[in-house]
Amino acid sequence: MKKTVKKTGRSRVASAVFIKDLRIEARSRVVTNQVLPFAGLIMVMFAFALDNDDVLQRVAGGLIWLATIFSLFIIVQRSFAIDTSDSALDSLRVAGIDLSAVFLGKSIALSLQLIALDVVLIAAAFLLYQVQVSVIGLVLLVTCVICATTGLGFVGTLYGGLTAGTNGRETLLPLLLLPVVAPVLIAATRATEAAFGSGGAAISEGWAWVGLLAIFAAVFGVGGSLAFGPLIDE
Amino acid sequence: MTVEKVLEFSDVVIVYDNFPAVAGATFSVNAGEIVLLQGANGAGKTTLLRACAGLLPIARGSANVLGCDLRLDRLAVRSRVGLLGHANGLFQDLTVLENMLFWSRLVGATRNDVDQAMDAMGLSGRLSETQVAKLSAGQRRRCALASLIVRRAQLWLLDEPHAGLDAQGRDELDRTLRAARDAGATVIFASHEIERASALATRSLVVASGTVKPA
Repeated sequence: MKKTVKKTGRSRVASAVFIKDLRIEARSRVVTNQVLPFAGLIMVMFAFALDNDDVLQRVAGGLIWLATIFSLFIIVQRSFAIDTSDSALDSLRVAGIDLSAVFLGKSIALSLQLIALDVVLIAAAFLLYQVQVSVIGLVLLVTCVICATTGLGFVGTLYGGLTAGTNGRETLLPLLLLPVVAPVLIAATRATEAAFGSGGAAISEGWAWVGLLAIFAAVFGVGGSLAFGPLIDE
Repeated sequence: MTVEKVLEFSDVVIVYDNFPAVAGATFSVNAGEIVLLQGANGAGKTTLLRACAGLLPIARGSANVLGCDLRLDRLAVRSRVGLLGHANGLFQDLTVLENMLFWSRLVGATRNDVDQAMDAMGLSGRLSETQVAKLSAGQRRRCALASLIVRRAQLWLLDEPHAGLDAQGRDELDRTLRAARDAGATVIFASHEIERASALATRSLVVASGTVKPA
């Protein structure tokens, strides 16, 4: 019993948390069976509401990212519900591990789920809104999705941790998160519009917005790593 | 021969939700003891256990756990204690084995450590492949205790560990705690089941109005 446990590295903890979150998702299929249909319904409802091919092609980028952000709330709440339902988050705190590694593991798992979601949403945009993309536009689109979902993963995990132990977290999370993710919504929409060539936008215009998304991800990646531990602890 | 003190609290005050849940607690626990905390609901037992685990700040007094000053460095003590509260701290969608492997990865324990802990708790075989959500309350409790063994906690802090267990589960729990003590761990637990808990404990303390006194 007195044998001391060897100290574990940050990457090992992060990978354990990452694998745990994805394994639970694979088993419970909440993203597949609930979030994906929800996001798909948003895309279909907008198609019915706007009912004009030109308008839909023009606003397709914005609709994809609105659906992504609405879905983000559900995925973040689910991600922390699995940690708080049986006080596993308390056990993680008591384990004395580096909580910034927990932040990293959860963020990457969240980003990966968002990427999978966006692939389906973009496919839905091709199908429902008749958008088109060139090869160079596809490169911009893929880069945009990676940068935007990374940023959303970081900020979602940070705010999910902040609201995890609070009463009324279901309503508090969107209220706190929406203003913070507004830059991602704007930048990702503009970059996606450039990739689709919506409204005559040039592909080259999109790269500046992708740069903004990368900066957002970097800021919340570093800031979240520093703040997540103290936030969870208090 | 000097007895190693695992825990020393002196005039400790712990404020919880703006209320001094523990107000001037002074007590110590030696290595290898199984200490029972008795007391009415709301007396401060849970707060005391959570503070011992480094989860709550010490507002006043001196508190030393496993050689770490809780007022200066609460984080240092955490990797060496195991806290089992009213909840089990398990992931319901994972199997018993997956839960154990997760905790083993976090603390750098080996697969052999996991197998030994699961054997000790009677969780080997088909039960290891069962999802935690499908286990009985007693089996979940055993799974949580196995995770403390995997983490090689030196100080076990248990809040109502007998709650929700049937007679067999309670006997198994008592055996596990004695085995943990024999292996070098120290146990502090809170319980309302005085008769059973007193038989298990080597010493009893009474928590009342935020203070701690010998039973």
